[in-house]
Amino acid sequence: MYLYSLTLQQATGITCAINGNFSGGKTQEIAVARGKILDLLRPDENGKIQTIHSVEVFGAIRSLAQFRLTGAQKDYLVVGSDSGRIVILEYNKEKNVFDKVHQETFGKSGCRRIVPGQYLAVDPKGRAVMIGACEKQKLVYVLNRDTTARLTISSPLEAHKSHTICYSVCGVDCGFDNPIFAAIELDYSEADQDPTGQAASEAQKHLTFYELDLGLNHVSRKWSEPVDNGANMLVTVPGGADGPSGVLVCAENFVIYKNQGHPEVRALIPRRADLPAERGVLVVSAAVHKQKTMFFFLIQTEYGDVFKVTLDHNGDNVSELKIKYFDTIPVAASICVLKLGFLFSASEFGNHGLYQFQAIGEEPDVESSSSNLMEIEDGFQPVFFQPRRLKNLVSIDQVQSLMPLMDMKVLNLFEEETPQIFSLCGRGPRSTLRILRPGLAITEMAVSQLPGQPSAVWTVKKNVSDEFDAYIVVSFTNATLVLSIGETVEEVNDSGFLDTTPSLAVSLIGDDSLMQVHPNGIRHIREDGRINEWRTPGKRSIVKVGYNRLQVVIALSGGELIYFEADMTGQLMEVEKHEMSGDVACLDIAPVPEGRQRSRFLAVGSYDNTVRILSLDPDDCLQILSVQSVSSAPESLLFLEVQASIGGDDGADHPANLFLNSGLQNGVLFRTVVDMVTGQLSDSRSRFLGLKPPKLFSISVRGRSAMLCLSSRPWLGYIHRGHFHLTPLSYETLEFAAPFSSDQCAEGVVSVAGDALRIFMIDRLGETFNETVVPLRYTPRKFVVQPKRKLLVIIESDQGAFTAEEREAARKECFEAGGVGENGNADQMENGADDEDKEDPLSDEQYGYPKAVSEKWVSCIRVLDPKTATTTCLLELQDNEAAYSVCTVNFHDKEYGTLLAVGTVKGMQFWPKKNLVAGFIHIYRFVEDGKSLELLHKTQVEGVPLALCQFQGRLLAGIGPVLRLYDLGKKRLLRKCENKLFPNTIISIQTYRDRIYVGDIQESFHYCKYRRDENQLYIFADDCVPRWLTASHHVDFDTMAGADKFGNVYFVRLPQDVSEEIEEDPTGGKIKWEQGKLNGAPNKVDEIVQFHVGDVVTCLQKASMIPGGSESIMYGTVMGGIGALHAFTSRDDVDFFSHLEMHMRQEYPPLCGRDHMAYRSAYFPVKDVIDGDLCEQFPTLPMDLQRKIADELDRTPAEILKKLEDARNKII
Amino acid sequence: MQASDRFNINSQLEHLQAKYAGTGHADLSRFEWAVNIQRDSYASYIGHYPMLSYFAIAENESIGRERYNFMQKMLLPCGLPPEREDE
Repeated sequence: MYLYSLTLQQATGITCAINGNFSGGKTQEIAVARGKILDLLRPDENGKIQTIHSVEVFGAIRSLAQFRLTGAQKDYLVVGSDSGRIVILEYNKEKNVFDKVHQETFGKSGCRRIVPGQYLAVDPKGRAVMIGACEKQKLVYVLNRDTTARLTISSPLEAHKSHTICYSVCGVDCGFDNPIFAAIELDYSEADQDPTGQAASEAQKHLTFYELDLGLNHVSRKWSEPVDNGANMLVTVPGGADGPSGVLVCAENFVIYKNQGHPEVRALIPRRADLPAERGVLVVSAAVHKQKTMFFFLIQTEYGDVFKVTLDHNGDNVSELKIKYFDTIPVAASICVLKLGFLFSASEFGNHGLYQFQAIGEEPDVESSSSNLMEIEDGFQPVFFQPRRLKNLVSIDQVQSLMPLMDMKVLNLFEEETPQIFSLCGRGPRSTLRILRPGLAITEMAVSQLPGQPSAVWTVKKNVSDEFDAYIVVSFTNATLVLSIGETVEEVNDSGFLDTTPSLAVSLIGDDSLMQVHPNGIRHIREDGRINEWRTPGKRSIVKVGYNRLQVVIALSGGELIYFEADMTGQLMEVEKHEMSGDVACLDIAPVPEGRQRSRFLAVGSYDNTVRILSLDPDDCLQILSVQSVSSAPESLLFLEVQASIGGDDGADHPANLFLNSGLQNGVLFRTVVDMVTGQLSDSRSRFLGLKPPKLFSISVRGRSAMLCLSSRPWLGYIHRGHFHLTPLSYETLEFAAPFSSDQCAEGVVSVAGDALRIFMIDRLGETFNETVVPLRYTPRKFVVQPKRKLLVIIESDQGAFTAEEREAARKECFEAGGVGENGNADQMENGADDEDKEDPLSDEQYGYPKAVSEKWVSCIRVLDPKTATTTCLLELQDNEAAYSVCTVNFHDKEYGTLLAVGTVKGMQFWPKKNLVAGFIHIYRFVEDGKSLELLHKTQVEGVPLALCQFQGRLLAGIGPVLRLYDLGKKRLLRKCENKLFPNTIISIQTYRDRIYVGDIQESFHYCKYRRDENQLYIFADDCVPRWLTASHHVDFDTMAGADKFGNVYFVRLPQDVSEEIEEDPTGGKIKWEQGKLNGAPNKVDEIVQFHVGDVVTCLQKASMIPGGSESIMYGTVMGGIGALHAFTSRDDVDFFSHLEMHMRQEYPPLCGRDHMAYRSAYFPVKDVIDGDLCEQFPTLPMDLQRKIADELDRTPAEILKKLEDARNKII
Repeated sequence: MQASDRFNINSQLEHLQAKYAGTGHADLSRFEWAVNIQRDSYASYIGHYPMLSYFAIAENESIGRERYNFMQKMLLPCGLPPEREDE
């Protein structure tokens, strides 16, 4: 089996983000690493975050830094990754790509302990960069310019210190003196040797300054001083003329200013009043904002509170350090302060936020300062504060993020054409159920009912130079309705259009006159109101019409074509006639090319399953240029012109192209390239769009022409970053559409469906999925579907949080106290709050749940109706119980029908030792049509029931290392049979016939068999590789798909002969008594597929995303990515794609220096999987490279593109 | 040291041990071995962000706190070293 791996949605979580002027000029961008993806984002003028560029680097990006050479206008990007190389990138604005400027190898690849890549620090003047590892190694590279002003990089200078753990590094701003880097270090060599533990307790973190002597080209340890043992992060303090230089050391509970030859200045980080006393406050992200006259720092704690840190200094002497409460936003992996007054917060879980500064925290607020630091018996006097609503920041945009994706199921609960993906995302109060549908989201602007069933709609401008449309014209079976667009849309009668007949086409002709084509003729309305009518000869009527701004072709019944052209005076003149062999099915004229008199091509579709291209040139007018035969009669034709591009925002460069699109009656869209000179057709691609014949309309999206295809659902064909995308829109079936442009809506679409007129807009392009969000209460763990009622049952649990009642009580208390104690807070609540805010003045989504001691658990079981997105039942578990597993089960006796089994644990503790009070299996009955749950009984078990599964009318439970079969009793579950031979903890159980596939947390799959007559469970096969399973899925009788903690997906299969032997063993005596070696099972499964995804896969499922398509394995990852593995069906395809992958690896090595093959084989050698993500980078290659690879493969680049498109279309 | 010494197996090993932390030797104790494995594991967890977030979800802590905890555990990953027996 060979698989094609394709990422359907890239990871949405962010590992680190930095801001800088990467494109030069005034605009600031944010460079964002999402695990293996490097993105460049920019807030646009409306304050929406736009992705400018995105590239997969096939390596784990661990750190980013930006620097600027003195006097330069543009920042470079340094990437620390797992490649064992330092990579410096420059953003190329013209081509919209990252150019690799330097790539220097310093060590082995992989995330290793002593190989640098974890930390990056740059000299604020851009003269040197330090790259560090968790332990020992630090390398310094000197950056300079050569005579042609190109960036040069030196050979590495070592600043190693063995037996030393490094917590953080940063550059020290010391003007144009020798560059200095600061590091927090901890020496463990003595602690390792001292059995008494004294050395360990005395181990002291040090702040060390490394000086790079530019003259001697040498790095030396300049200064090292003990620092608070809770230190975890360093922040550069501006120096030179801007500030006192030195560093801020962020430590647990403290922020400390330190510099060489300066006494330390220490201030306490204020803590939330409700925080348990034993918990510290740790800074997790920081940003500095620098203006000409002042600077301040924003630091964010692990609870999400942002503090403003300011230094009072006189020259180099810092007298006071102040920490003032600023605002609270969700905990971020990185925060970036942009020059335009934006704050970008890359949330560690859940949606990322863009905020605008309203103030910079000048008003009084809770503040702690180094001057009022008070020492008490055991430490310092804490400063408390209460989180409040945003005062200094205002949220202006959110970037959706699925991170972490906890569970996912592909189901078609809504009975739509394509299945929906139900995914559990987020953590704690920011948890959500997201329903993903493939396709673009739309915004509906207006829906209005019309009198009768409209058949078609057009929009027209009055003048070619107008910006907005003037009329919407709607045609009915026997009438035409004209609506004028202004402040409102209303019916008018003075437009000159004939309203007693249906219309076939309405358009602007020439510069300023209107044309209405109706079955009996053409009505030409001049700008001054004169009306010219052209009538059809005899009793023939017009059946089809094709037109652009200057040309009109009509087809009469019987198959006669008549061609008109608008002349210089705007008069419509008949030019030529042509008799076709039969009736014409559809017509289209290509748009008039810029600066030309006419378009050269007319496409005519006939009922004999052909499409012809006719010339419109005067010398060979209406002569056939080429013929294409198609699989079914064409219904609609559309020429789509793609303008030439040389990269830039459009992505890869490509020449201008003309495509002929034909929608066929069998629902297929046929796309063919038309030679711009000869009209010859080549390179056709087809795609099934839906059950109805697609009707094609030209619209404009982001100023570029695009195509709307209306089949049983609407599709949009458009160019995005150099790729042609054909994506469904998440909207209902439409009959007819036209582009719409008005004051309120610059680029909309007006359409008719049923008896309604709909106006909508298409937002974010380039997305594969659009999502509907349903908020949840706690971190969702798993969910099941109640199959009959199509309801979802979700289990949610959180560690270290208070129950809903406790939270409510605490909140009340806090507001009462706040109202009396803090005037500012109370005032604001009374004055400024609107209704919504009053209801929830401190939303948990923003502030997070208050922290409880870590042994406390909260959990709930929720029944949710996905159609209405309402929770029909929510059971909060009491008494420190947390739900871990869930399944639906039908027991033998049909008394109760489908029951719900939930595995819970009471008092779970992970640390210092895994411990629990008791485990339980709850059995619930669905009542009230499945909308509510009723507890039947609760059975205590000795371990954690992490896996539950129905099996032959009984319940299989994995309780720690025990697999046990239960039957339903009156008061509790009854043990029937068990097997205790599993190595660690069972985390998944799947069954098929009498086989049971058990996943162990640490040791991969075990295949078991249940013998009913003997009532025994045997393990007959297991895996020889210790896999830390995170997800599993049963593929077929002998095959399992699994994913491990290290980011690998793999398939194992029981060898055919073994499988047969086991099935043919009637007594079971053989497997029962057979013994494996080393306590293993007698048989081993073979690994047949192996692939490193590079992200922890949390869920696997076999599903098909296209109606009638073959199934693929879909997976979701912690970082919020969704991907698919699709099996190849032909050997030819396997050969083709493996060769393409090979050439891509050679010709286009990944951007950050990691070898592609090594990355995909990071833990185990990749086996039988072809990386579609690498193959899909083919269109981004320069043209000559594309041709080179294509030559090697004996194909043309277009054929390769077609192959890639086909491969993708098989999956989604 | 003579020139030939530089190429004998011991000095090569010593060189490796100095260059790569965690390189074993003939007298490596169980404890030392375990400490190395643990430190390597923690470094790997810190380096692989998805894994770090996976742990953070399990423990309901922020990723930053989880990273700090792992760094702290690198000091004494396996507890105190055993009493050394006299050689």
